[in-house]
Amino acid sequence: MSDLVTITVDGVEVTVPKGELVVDAAKRIQNDIPVFCYHPKMAPVGMCRMCLVEIGLPVRDRATGEILRNPDGTPQLNFGKGLQTACTVQVAPGMVVRTTTKEVDEARAGVIEFLLTSHPLDCPICDKGGECPLQNLTMAHGVGTSRFDFSLKMKMDKHVPLGDLIFLDRERCIQCARCTRFQAEVVDDPVIGFHNRGRSLEIMTLSDPGFDSYWSGNTTDICPVGALTTADFRFGARPWELIPVASLDPYSPAGSNIVFSTRIEAKAGGRTVIKRILPRQNEAVNEIWIDDRTRFGHHFAESPNRLTKPLVRKNGQLVEASWDEALQAVADGLTRNKGAAAGLSNDRVSNEALYLFQNLIRRGLGSNHLDLSGARLAGGDVTAKVGLSKGSNLKELGKGDAILVVASDLHEEVPIWWLRVKQAAERGATLVVMNVRPTRLEQKAAHVFRYGAGEALSATHDLLNAAKVDSSGDDPLTVAAASLVNANNLVIFYGYEGLSYGETDTLARILANLLLLKNNEGQAHAGRVNNGLIAVWPHNNTQGAWDMGIHPAFEPGYKAVANPGMGEAEIIAAAQTGDIRALYLLGADPVGDGRMADRGKLDFLVVQELFRTPTAKLADVVLPAQSWAENDGTFTNGERRVQRYYPAISTVGLSRPDWQIIAQVGEKLGQGKGPIAASLVFRDMARAVPQYKGMDYRSLAQVEKQWPDVGGADLYYGGTSYENKSGLGQQWAAEAETKLPEPYTLGDTNKPELMGLQLIYGAALYNGTGRLIREAEVLRPRLAQPTVLLHETDAQTRKINHGDTVQVNVNGLNIEAVAAVNGHVPAGLAVLRGSQFIPGLQRAAVHK
Amino acid sequence: MAHLLLRHREIENIKKLDVYRAHGGYEALKKVLSMAPAEVIQVVMESNLRGRGGAGFPTGLKWNFIPKVAGDKYVVVNTDESETGTFKDRELMEGNPHQVIEGTLIAAYAIGAKLTFNYMRGEYMDAAYAFEEALKECYANNLLGPNILGSEFSCDMYPHYGAGAYICGEETALLESLHGNLGQPWSKPPFPAVEGLYRKPTVVNNTETLANVPLIIQNGAEWYKSMGTPGSTGPKIVCLSGHVVKPGNYEIIMGMTYRELIYDLAGGIPGGKKVKGFLPSGGSGPVVKEEALDAPISYEGLDKFGSAMGSASVIVMDETVDMVWAAKKATHFFKHESCGKCTPCREGTFWLDKVIHKVDSGRGTANDIKVLNSVAEQIGGKCLCALGEFAKNPILSTIKHFPQDYQAKVRANG
Amino acid sequence: MIREKYADVIQELFRRYPERKSAILPLMHIAQHEYGYMSEEAMQEVADILGLNPTHVKSIAGFYTLFYEEPVGKYVLEICNDLACALRGADEFVAMASNKLGVPVEGTTPDGLFTLKTVMCLGACDRAPMLQCNLRFHEHLNEEKFTALLDHLHQEASSDQVESAVVEKIVSYIN
Ligand SMILES: Cc1cc2nc3c(=O)[nH]c(=O)nc-3n(C[C@H](O)[C@H](O)[C@H](O)COP(=O)(O)O)c2cc1C
Ligand code: SF4
Ligand code: FES
Repeated sequence: MSDLVTITVDGVEVTVPKGELVVDAAKRIQNDIPVFCYHPKMAPVGMCRMCLVEIGLPVRDRATGEILRNPDGTPQLNFGKGLQTACTVQVAPGMVVRTTTKEVDEARAGVIEFLLTSHPLDCPICDKGGECPLQNLTMAHGVGTSRFDFSLKMKMDKHVPLGDLIFLDRERCIQCARCTRFQAEVVDDPVIGFHNRGRSLEIMTLSDPGFDSYWSGNTTDICPVGALTTADFRFGARPWELIPVASLDPYSPAGSNIVFSTRIEAKAGGRTVIKRILPRQNEAVNEIWIDDRTRFGHHFAESPNRLTKPLVRKNGQLVEASWDEALQAVADGLTRNKGAAAGLSNDRVSNEALYLFQNLIRRGLGSNHLDLSGARLAGGDVTAKVGLSKGSNLKELGKGDAILVVASDLHEEVPIWWLRVKQAAERGATLVVMNVRPTRLEQKAAHVFRYGAGEALSATHDLLNAAKVDSSGDDPLTVAAASLVNANNLVIFYGYEGLSYGETDTLARILANLLLLKNNEGQAHAGRVNNGLIAVWPHNNTQGAWDMGIHPAFEPGYKAVANPGMGEAEIIAAAQTGDIRALYLLGADPVGDGRMADRGKLDFLVVQELFRTPTAKLADVVLPAQSWAENDGTFTNGERRVQRYYPAISTVGLSRPDWQIIAQVGEKLGQGKGPIAASLVFRDMARAVPQYKGMDYRSLAQVEKQWPDVGGADLYYGGTSYENKSGLGQQWAAEAETKLPEPYTLGDTNKPELMGLQLIYGAALYNGTGRLIREAEVLRPRLAQPTVLLHETDAQTRKINHGDTVQVNVNGLNIEAVAAVNGHVPAGLAVLRGSQFIPGLQRAAVHK
Repeated sequence: MAHLLLRHREIENIKKLDVYRAHGGYEALKKVLSMAPAEVIQVVMESNLRGRGGAGFPTGLKWNFIPKVAGDKYVVVNTDESETGTFKDRELMEGNPHQVIEGTLIAAYAIGAKLTFNYMRGEYMDAAYAFEEALKECYANNLLGPNILGSEFSCDMYPHYGAGAYICGEETALLESLHGNLGQPWSKPPFPAVEGLYRKPTVVNNTETLANVPLIIQNGAEWYKSMGTPGSTGPKIVCLSGHVVKPGNYEIIMGMTYRELIYDLAGGIPGGKKVKGFLPSGGSGPVVKEEALDAPISYEGLDKFGSAMGSASVIVMDETVDMVWAAKKATHFFKHESCGKCTPCREGTFWLDKVIHKVDSGRGTANDIKVLNSVAEQIGGKCLCALGEFAKNPILSTIKHFPQDYQAKVRANG
Repeated sequence: MIREKYADVIQELFRRYPERKSAILPLMHIAQHEYGYMSEEAMQEVADILGLNPTHVKSIAGFYTLFYEEPVGKYVLEICNDLACALRGADEFVAMASNKLGVPVEGTTPDGLFTLKTVMCLGACDRAPMLQCNLRFHEHLNEEKFTALLDHLHQEASSDQVESAVVEKIVSYIN
């Protein structure tokens, strides 16, 4: 039997995959069958009845199975007893669908009329007005008048907070269950539900806090009416005044595609401001979903706390200065200390800035003392070799495939990856999760390996060894190992939970070797599409920082540096001794992050920043940088997809793009005139970084038709997520795709000897110490505060109860935290969340 | 004639296992255990037994739809009985539970199910007691559990109590409710025979349907078919209520007329009043006028009158009844019981209810009658499940048959 | 409190159903008995036992008429006034009962003893007027019998021997 089926919709033939729903098949030929409850990313439920159409099937002879024909040779058709829902019926050979008959028109008008009987029709004050499926479909299919007596209308609550982030207008809800199904089926947080029944059905939640889900904002996109709105955007603007600008998630390495809805606002002094963030479709990256941090976390860009002018230290005080003065001061300070200069960068800024920064430090100052500040995870050089192959899409993983996740809590770190891995598991992929403590992803795992504290490397090494021997043993490790090696496709995620930076390097290599193992057919996973290693980087552009050579030992494109420089820890130590005398910090705050106590013996400290951070306060020059919302550039996501973002809002103060500032410093240092546009920086960069060869701003902006077909005029189909018109980005190929590298020789993977209570840092999506996220007022009530998770026995011996405030002494710090004793950690281990980052595994004391 | 289903009426304590057995109980099960499952299905098909839950689907055919491959399968007994005017399954469960259990076991054997549930409306206390007592006896006597009567056949049976929702009588809503979800129906396909309880092949049968099964097995299809009409074989319990002298359950052989039932068996109408009309299947079937009294009680008997026997809950209304009032009561029921899942039913029943209340209270206009009629039509054929289809009936059929009652109510308002 | 008190019952329910979630109705029947109504605490406990979000339990509680989300009297008098019963005087009976109790439909008597409700068909149409009190059927009623019933319930209440039929039902079979 063929996998394709041809049907006819209003006389037009369309051939689609077997099993596709009529509504989708019709969509492929631009026949927009109206829907409310149906959503292409969710299983059909056939409840709104808007999609009723006539569906006929060829009549077959009972005995022979032959299609019976009319005298004119056309097949005889049986249209059944009545109308059918196009969203629940699957295509069948020879099917004929009619969507323009009188019956269909009447049914559509009837459903609209029914829906409007209890709808308030308050479109003039509704946030959805202008982009509302109900409004559009009423225009298209409604009868224009209602016979319903308005005095009989129900009055219901209009401003019901379902939580801090989402408000419900009960009168507007049309009971399509898109929101409840999204929460239950797509993201597995069934925290909203229907209450009562019949006409009294209403959405409610009993979760604590209300609407407790990292995905809640998506329900406002897919709600086909204005029933669900965000606390952030409610009554903020009318959709038709908004100008969409494409951008990227500034937080996570998934690189979710987004759109800013911007508007020129009088109350902002005529500036263009961000009114809201919506997802932008990229089926290979985030499909049409974003998490709430991505949606609500943008406020730092427009924060009144932003630095607006260059600052130069005079007489011990940081005072405002002109750009020229400040740039000159930087050039002087750096030149003065040329033999002893170093640079540290964060991993949030653009590739363009990173590229120029390393160029400035290496070429301009002749220093190899260049590193990522606060690096948590190593292995960029490893993913360059065996990373997820070009053309891969996690959406394609399913039955027969396998995913391994080691030392990461994806739900907290990169929710989009958590979602896509979970969905792959639901489609049948074998999921193996290894970690020192339970994480949410385990719920979907076929195999869970909980290793002891400090045993991540030995446990993964054991897995690798089990995978090497072609054993038929039935111990869980062998079974899991075999299922990984023999899977059709294998994707491995690794993170840094409980691991030191050095250990993550070894971990990456162990896992690389797993990908290089040959399966039964003599084939390795590495290098094949939908296979490879993904580092769960801590930030949105950690990958870019690796690619651009923000590393003491690698130049852009992973070229080894002949004489490697110092890493961050050494640089900071050298600043104390005076061996390093000038330090350039690009968006880095080592003082605030607790890695640097003071200036030490630095002669010159320059900080390029958004905010007056603790480090900035100590600087000689502070250069006010723009946020990603104000300019353009590229980030490279953890799947090594290089993607563009675009300028959306007016410049804050006199701030300048990071790349431009660096280029201007370079010019003052005698590096010549720098590029005058981000696109030109990218052009130079693409020449210098072999992996980026052939990419430019135009190729990154290319789009192609995606399925499902969302956005555009038919808002009702996919919700208000935007069609991607600004670029799908380009993935760069891992080395293994052209030639399989040799397996790595592995260093020490022995179990360490441990004593006492061990502590690890546990990621929290809304980490309360995060400088950027704290600027988002709507998220403030949800910010994770310092919490230490303890096992019952560890709590008991310390006479600590659930909810007690305790002191945590770790890594030379004393942190006050709330104790959580709820069975989520193994004995002997404490997990600290919502605090500043604590690397690796640390011996800790916890007491009241 | 002695009762075949309501046997407790003659045989005292037939709800006790020993009494039931003394009167031939569980002989059919014994017989079945030596037959091939396919043979059992064959006999039931030949008997022409049709579902007593309302839709009248051929029971043997339904069993035959179950895939004949190994794997989990279930039988679910539908004792949700919440249709207005229906109380037959209650009496069966209270009086003669073993016959239902035996029928259920035969169904389980025929389709290869090892686990069965009886979904009983939560309000039916006495039925529940009787059923549970009977189950205990069965477990104690090797009629349930492993290796029933020494055979290879093992089967468990448990009660499951609803909590007050008419819609849970609809088979897919019932299964959802049993899953622990909202009792809302799903859009078929998938049919329960393919994906039912826990997404496994499932037979859902009405209580009374299953009570017929031991009779068929015991006495053969021919014997069974000799009762009733060709399209409606066997005995049927009719729930008679409303304006009759002796309301209650009547076990009849299909083919008897409504007049015979009401006048000969139930003593006619109190006070010698005339019948104005009757609802042949509770609130859900269209009302018929007195002229339908001579129609046979059978699946096809009311075709001519635009109505149907359904589950045979006959509500009789004498000449004093205002049909607008009756339509209001019935419509209120559907509005109250609409699960809210699909638009036409949720909004339509709400709308109808509002307008019929208005008309009934004397505030309506002639236009309201038009609205009632067209809104009811607009619900028809567009709903997710049959509840919505039922909901249009009281309005449409009363307007059609008793327009004068409506006219009388709206006259004053132009 | 259910978890401990009904540990055996819970275990048996989990054994019976291939999927745990199916135990939600029986557990809610028990919870309502224990807590008097489906309070948020009761819903939370059921949710915890089943590993569900409490929102789901509330959703279920709102769907079915036998679950009360507001406190109710010790005795819930549910009179059927659906069509078949109404043909036999149920509406008049409701009016009489309301009058006698001194509360409107959906009201609870000040002593917290009785809540009056009307309900859809209970399958006793041939014995109308009828009512259900804490799931026990009382049929063929008239004013006199209703008064007697109230008297009896008053007495029973003072002896503190209120039974819950449904819990008895679920528990009896298991024991
Ligand atoms: C709204 C609605 C309510 C129903 N209620 C019941 C019921 O209470 N009992 C019942 O047996 N069938 C009921 N049915 C019919 C069932 O869906 C199903 O057809 C029946 O249980 C099948 O059993 P049978 O084939 O033995 O009749 C109802 C159907 C609908 C649409
Ligand atoms: S709130 Fe919106 S998405 Fe949810 S059911 Fe109502 S209309 Fe549908
Ligand atoms: S029923 Fe098909 S879209 Fe709602």
